[in-house]
Amino acid sequence: MPGAPGEPAIRARGVEVGYRGTVVWHDATFEVEKGEFVAVIGPNGAGKTTLFRLLLGLQRPLRGSLEVFGAPPRRGSPRIGYVPQRHTIDNDTHVAADVLVRLGISGTHLGPEIAFRAARKATLEALAAVGATELGSKPLGSMSGGELQRVFLAEAIGGRPEMLLLDEPLSNLDMRRTRELVELVHGLVQSRHVTTLLVAHDINPLIECLDRVIYIANGRVANGPPEEVLTSASLSELYGVPVEVLHDSRGNIVIVGGENPHERADA
Amino acid sequence: MTGGLSWNIVTDFREIWQYAFMRQAYEAGTIVAVLAGIIGYFVVLRRTAFAAHALGHVGFSGAAAAVVFSVNPVYGLLVFTMAGGGGMALLGRKAATRDIEIGTVLAFMMGLGLIFLSLYKGYATEAYSILFGDIEGVTVSGVYLTLEGAIVVLVVLAMIYRPLLFSSLDEDVAEAKGLPLLALNVVFMLLLAVAISFAVQVVGVLLVFALTVTPAATAVRITKRPLYAIPASVAIALVAIWAGLFIAWWPPYSQYPPSFFIVTISFGAYMLVRVGSSLADRFGHRAAPSVDANPGPMSVPKSSP
Repeated sequence: MPGAPGEPAIRARGVEVGYRGTVVWHDATFEVEKGEFVAVIGPNGAGKTTLFRLLLGLQRPLRGSLEVFGAPPRRGSPRIGYVPQRHTIDNDTHVAADVLVRLGISGTHLGPEIAFRAARKATLEALAAVGATELGSKPLGSMSGGELQRVFLAEAIGGRPEMLLLDEPLSNLDMRRTRELVELVHGLVQSRHVTTLLVAHDINPLIECLDRVIYIANGRVANGPPEEVLTSASLSELYGVPVEVLHDSRGNIVIVGGENPHERADA
Repeated sequence: MTGGLSWNIVTDFREIWQYAFMRQAYEAGTIVAVLAGIIGYFVVLRRTAFAAHALGHVGFSGAAAAVVFSVNPVYGLLVFTMAGGGGMALLGRKAATRDIEIGTVLAFMMGLGLIFLSLYKGYATEAYSILFGDIEGVTVSGVYLTLEGAIVVLVVLAMIYRPLLFSSLDEDVAEAKGLPLLALNVVFMLLLAVAISFAVQVVGVLLVFALTVTPAATAVRITKRPLYAIPASVAIALVAIWAGLFIAWWPPYSQYPPSFFIVTISFGAYMLVRVGSSLADRFGHRAAPSVDANPGPMSVPKSSP
């Protein structure tokens, strides 16, 4: 199963995606190396989640070729762990967190759980790996946003995937929790050598640990190391309008001018 | 009703069980309690309580049709609730969009029921027993039919237990993991339809909520583990049915239908646990620090510097 050494984790060649009649983005050609920590950035509705749907095999490219670990994406691949943006869980979910983490490990199997010891062990390991051992018996419905994100992360890594797709995990967290979660994910990327794509609307909390940025805007996809992608020249070219990338004294980035790409969607 | 209440539970039950119709009532009631208690857990988890309620009403038109054609109402219930449940499942995949589609199917099925009702004259007791249940009227063959239906439902549920739980709790991840959400939803709605059809014998279409939703809604507030919550839900349904039948046997309560006592016990357990858990929350928070304050890499004071 594992592809050739040096084979990229993701290889996209001229990929075009969309839904009936609407192209979301097109001509995307990029590679992501194994073990990279990648931020997927771009305005709302630019097609960041669509990229995840492609990688998960939930949607097919309209054109071009896409390979994950050397093969076309296949729904249900155990090599990919996924944390979606939306969850069915709310205050009325009176179910302990470790039940969910365990379903991430053995939840697709039919019949009674025969290997329950192994599943329980993997559950405890996954919770420990995200520093959430003490959250295992807490009901999901009473958790804070930061606690939930750690549990979802444990659910995603329980099956020891080689790739993690995290959709907006930072969106409801305050600055401190954001930094803690980024550090946690970065630690997993390094210790487990797991290729990780993280969708975010703000690059700044991530900037120090990133290997690569995939910037989706205006129907196009830019890709490369942060210092190459996040420049005035590169983003102006991507958006097709002048965009300025400003840096403050602490290295934070502000992107000005590309906020309304839809006006020129056919550029 | 010979001896009167002796306050000796063994003697009392021996007296009640002298009568075949009461033995059958307890047998059917026990099977329905197990069935409804288990399926109810998934109803609560999947937020399909409205569907459970709607299926009861859909079942009314089915039972009415069966009576018009001189067929056992249970068959009418089964056919209509399964058609309705399957239809609902096929129309609405995502939880957020289900209400409208369920209402759409429900209205159509009620329309059908109206036609049958207009053909159906002079059967007031029959209509009454479908609406409010007639557990003491369950026949021996009715008990066997209930048992067979329950075995099918429980075997299927045991097979799909984990995928169903997964898709109920975290739909998007379950889908990405390759689970067939639509098929699971269809199977679940068919199982629910069967459970509702048999539960209607006990409490009727209008009160079926009290067996398919209330015990499970109570159980999830007692324990947060599915493998404890499901037996707890069954236990609550069992106590409600057994005690309801028991109370309705002895004068002066024997003039009232057992459905009333079953529903009241079920509701009472729910209220008890709601009040109890909100009290426990209030005092629990004061007594013990919340898990948020425990040590761990992410636990730092909430206020930012």
